[in-house]
Amino acid sequence: MDFSLDKKHEMARKLFNDFAETEVKPLAQEVDETERFPQETVDKMAKAGFMGIPVPKEYGGQGCDPLTYIMCVEELSKVCGTTGVIVSAHTSLCIDPILTYGTEEQKQKYVRPLATGEKLGAFALTEPGAGTDAQGAQTKAVLDGDEWVLNGSKCFITNGKVADVYIVIAITSITEDKKGRKKKNFSAFIVDKGAPGFSFGTKEKKMGIRGSSTYELIFEDCRIPKENILGPEGKGFPIAMHTLDGGRIGIAAQALGIAEGALDRAIAYTKERKQFGRSIAAQQNTQFKLADMAARIDAAQMLVYKAAIAKANQKVYSVEAAKAKLFAAETAMAVTTQVVQLFGGYGYIREYDVERMMRDAKITEIYEGTSEVQRMVISGALLK
Amino acid sequence: MKIVVCIKQVPDTKGGVKFNPDGTLDRAGMLAIMNPDDKAGLEAALRIKDETGAEVTVVTMGLPKADDVLREAMAMGADKAILVTDRVLGGADTWATSTTIAGALRNIDYDLIITGRQAIDGDTAQVGPQIAEHLGIPVISYAADIKVEGDSIIVKRQYEDRYHELKAKMPCLVTALSELNVPRYMTPGGIFDAYDKEVTVWGRKDLKDVDDGDIGLAGSPTKIAKASDKVRKGAGEKVVLDPTESVAYIMGKLKERHVI
Amino acid sequence: MKKMDLTQYKGVYIYAQQVDNVVSSIAYELIGKAKELAKDLNTDVTAVLLGHNVGNLVDGLAEYGADKVIVVDDPELETYRTEPYAHALASVINEYKPEIMLVGATAIGRDLGPTVSARVKTGLTADCTVLEIGDFPLNPPADGSEQKHNQLLMTRPAFGGNTIATIACPDNRPQMATVRPGVMQKLDPVKGAKAEVINYNPGFTKNNKYVEIINIVKEAKTVENIMDAKILVSGGRGVGSAENFKLLKDLAEVIGGTVSCSRAVVENGWLAQDYQVGQTGKTVRPNVYFAIGISGAIQHVAGMEESDIVIAINKDEDAPIFDVADYGIVGDLNKIVPALTQQLKEALAEK
Repeated sequence: MDFSLDKKHEMARKLFNDFAETEVKPLAQEVDETERFPQETVDKMAKAGFMGIPVPKEYGGQGCDPLTYIMCVEELSKVCGTTGVIVSAHTSLCIDPILTYGTEEQKQKYVRPLATGEKLGAFALTEPGAGTDAQGAQTKAVLDGDEWVLNGSKCFITNGKVADVYIVIAITSITEDKKGRKKKNFSAFIVDKGAPGFSFGTKEKKMGIRGSSTYELIFEDCRIPKENILGPEGKGFPIAMHTLDGGRIGIAAQALGIAEGALDRAIAYTKERKQFGRSIAAQQNTQFKLADMAARIDAAQMLVYKAAIAKANQKVYSVEAAKAKLFAAETAMAVTTQVVQLFGGYGYIREYDVERMMRDAKITEIYEGTSEVQRMVISGALLK
Repeated sequence: MKIVVCIKQVPDTKGGVKFNPDGTLDRAGMLAIMNPDDKAGLEAALRIKDETGAEVTVVTMGLPKADDVLREAMAMGADKAILVTDRVLGGADTWATSTTIAGALRNIDYDLIITGRQAIDGDTAQVGPQIAEHLGIPVISYAADIKVEGDSIIVKRQYEDRYHELKAKMPCLVTALSELNVPRYMTPGGIFDAYDKEVTVWGRKDLKDVDDGDIGLAGSPTKIAKASDKVRKGAGEKVVLDPTESVAYIMGKLKERHVI
Repeated sequence: MKKMDLTQYKGVYIYAQQVDNVVSSIAYELIGKAKELAKDLNTDVTAVLLGHNVGNLVDGLAEYGADKVIVVDDPELETYRTEPYAHALASVINEYKPEIMLVGATAIGRDLGPTVSARVKTGLTADCTVLEIGDFPLNPPADGSEQKHNQLLMTRPAFGGNTIATIACPDNRPQMATVRPGVMQKLDPVKGAKAEVINYNPGFTKNNKYVEIINIVKEAKTVENIMDAKILVSGGRGVGSAENFKLLKDLAEVIGGTVSCSRAVVENGWLAQDYQVGQTGKTVRPNVYFAIGISGAIQHVAGMEESDIVIAINKDEDAPIFDVADYGIVGDLNKIVPALTQQLKEALAEK
């Protein structure tokens, strides 16, 4: 077992770190304050190849492994949680299912412009009445001649409105089991922005990751070509679940990055800030807190990297992804809360970045499967 | 068209300068980076490549770990890389360094050689013009813009209060200012490819038309008599006063020192 | 390197840079330094003047202390280009064999110097800030090997001003150095002083190294030269905006100084690069240097630490600028600077 990164990954980290410090960090505070989607950063990331890192070169990607992609999300999130999730949702939730389940035509048509960053991707599963319990979903798709007709709405969609390509999960049939219970069967669809009948509802005003564009999607007799179904009809639920397994590693990396960023700030601040005539880093309370945070972050990083490597080598990696996300998200929340405490009053004001990090951290315990869902996945595997 | 870019791995002195507890410079604690002027030169070469399909080769002289900057250059888009490394080359001043690099470049074809104006560790700005002199080709220093036009290049040569637009027939050598451009980032895929490629490693025996007496410490006409980390002027007084008292304090000092 | 007969090389030479038939200030600064070195070596100072129709500049060089002036006057030298100039200077060196050759570390000198040193096969030390005559090695070697006397010891900063090295060129001649403008002191000119004038022309034949000048664009320089200012009111990132530099301009006006700035200010587009002090800007040594809202990055300090009096105002009590300030005031520049301007105005009006 080797826990050190090879030269390729070391250099990739240096690249992501340089980019984050130079291009992303200066905008982070303003993007949060004004709830503005950082389009200019996305354009720069497209140029630098960050929008298709784990995508094979034949589809316009960088041909790197999932670990490289995860390190990108991690480094971006160190300075700006918003930027981290833009890349994560685009890559894990939109490109990945098309690459995994798409036909060659779909890959050529959709993956290439997504991987080069010419287009941005999003994923739509959650509905007002169906969060953790996907069976509560209402959005339907009906085949009408050469077109699928979608009706319903999706909510809390990351990259909503700014994305060009949406993976949408919708009910395509309802069957009864032997006991007469109704079961909704889902299918996955690729929906282009601008499809007739596809519009956007209100923009969500969020606690954190405020520069990320979160919208409601509305489908009113939305017509898309028949060939835009992704994977076999009726297999939408397993496709969504498998997609979320990958997505969770991305969110775990986001959480990890937020925690690392907060710890970096804490180290710098506690060395500078003087109370009672000496730096607060000279006080044992601070030192022990920093030590605990560093150890916990290291553990989170190992889980996240292990999950990324599992994704590269295994067909199924649900448990690895769930453990990584559970632990990294709770680490992010715990670390950022501690860091705000170490900053004292300065931690609570917006001039310093750590209160933003604490707000950004919270969502990682919620989206793409709450911490409770991750525990269900992990325990389910233990007890099966 | 073939372009050679000479690059150097340097300690990052910008922002990240670290000192040991005894006040000396902590060289090991500083990041090793591609020299900024050289990176601008590489970017200029890559832009010519983007336009014309030129082949870009990067060359460095240094320790084996300078392999890192060559990989970085390839990850940005350079096609080939050459590392000139040999223990006998150590301790070279600019004269011996330029002699060595010229000896390496005599082995390869080039139309255009680009070097950075100067390296941030030595700040000499000498190696570029000296390579040109050893190779017998024209040099244009301080380039703020480079364009290729047929078998010539047009360069905006910067001076303190003016610039000259110069035209030189290739082959020639240009030294690049970091103001020339904003270098591109590496790409993740470029990094993976860079580590799959070979770096050509040359030693003393590979240098063409170079005398033993012209390389390394022995071949360096300049010798270091003394080197020390700079002892800075000590801090004077520091006061924390309210604005009115601050002004009175400054006025007092200006009078005391006969400024007013 | 080939063994040279060092005894043939005599005299301290300086390259008398001229642009548009105006002698650059650095030429006079070099003469000032060369006079000191020549005294220690018991020799004289020769200025090398290259150009076209530049005979009228000879007397100025004499007045600032040149004992001899070698003039290469040729139409090829109308405007600076590396090749004809390098040929001219290298030919002068080969013909007259100076012991020391000093060149200004200007955009011209830092091109001409290395080209010529490579051509005449000698060492060159760049951007020197201290030049003196001494022994090399500095102390007699324990192994009994030769300690050379009367060597040019060239001291220069490196590593972005973080280290300083003293360099000698013991086995090759001339001992060449480029010297940072603004560091050496000019002598007071002696009106009517004359120098021995030697006209020399090595002949110029075009070769592949000649480049063509297509265009010359002079960039508007309406700004004051911060290197000549006795008092500099210098602002950094802490000033906050281009508009807020008015506070510093007002102070500068009242106290008879000039505004300058740190790199951050130039990067933010608040002031032009001509005003920048520091490693990538200009080296200044005024009588008084106000550092206002300047954190004091090492690159900045490298350009101003020779100032006689440094007064720093910064709200961050840990700003490194306080480590080099004679007088440091922790406080809000927006309150202190206007009040200081007002008090100065009143104090100076009383006189």
